[in-house]
Amino acid sequence: MATNDHHETFPWKHVIGFVLSLVLTFAALWVVLSSGLATKLIIGIIVILAMLQASLQLFMFMHMTESDSGKIQTINMAYAFFIAIVIVIGSIWVMWFVV
Amino acid sequence: MAEVAHHYDEKMPLEYRTEESRLNILGFWIFLGAEVALFATLFATYLVLFQRTGHGPTAMELFKVKEVMIETLLLLTSSFTCGLAIHEMRRNRLKGLLTWLIITLLLGAGFITFEIREFIDYVHEGATIQTSAFLSSFFVLVGTHGAHVSLGIGWMILIIIQLLQRGFTPRTARKVFIVSLYWHFLDVVWIFIFTLVYLTGMVI
Repeated sequence: MATNDHHETFPWKHVIGFVLSLVLTFAALWVVLSSGLATKLIIGIIVILAMLQASLQLFMFMHMTESDSGKIQTINMAYAFFIAIVIVIGSIWVMWFVV
Repeated sequence: MAEVAHHYDEKMPLEYRTEESRLNILGFWIFLGAEVALFATLFATYLVLFQRTGHGPTAMELFKVKEVMIETLLLLTSSFTCGLAIHEMRRNRLKGLLTWLIITLLLGAGFITFEIREFIDYVHEGATIQTSAFLSSFFVLVGTHGAHVSLGIGWMILIIIQLLQRGFTPRTARKVFIVSLYWHFLDVVWIFIFTLVYLTGMVI
């Protein structure tokens, strides 16, 4: 349970989250514009960078794991992302056969 | 027993102190899960159709790095300042909370302004929602996100008015916390729009 007890004066968690998000954003841009890698590899890398950044937001900005229902919230979002991946990858896969 | 419960409640941030507030916050997380599913269907539609450009422009011809980066940085920074607002709320500083919420709003408004300008530019270049399957799914996906941001701006203005009228109460604190979850979530969606729509569109 997160409490008000430890009165952190400087929002370290948020600043670190923000700096890391910026790094991930510009890293993705760099990979796309100047890395010169194969297209499939580029897409693989930027999708992983996006997932990392989304996790940063959920854990460092949204405090997903705090409160009594932190566990339920985490399972709920993990399930939601599972559904999202099934919908997106499944749709791309099944439409692969429609030329 | 009652004393224990009371002590327990006092230790929590203001927004978690009543049973109702705790359930509201949990309920909002469940709603965000449903929003993830909504956006997943729009992403799936876009990714299936984005190479069906017909006689219209392709993603690579249309997207401009500079504008996309400005939008991305505005929204990312607004997510950060919204987090700072909650940080101030948990230190019981109403003025700090209001200041960061207003900065968040301005950044959000800047994002929407750039997005509307981007859409207008596209339409002037002959890329409308009716031009191709690619553009239909593009405008629906990115437009749905933009509509969410616009709604968030209106919602946050109402919360600020209530904070000015009522100050910190367990109820206003809970409302601020929930609108902050919504705002951060919009940035989560944007990360994927940035990656799967704009960045991917620049390499394929």
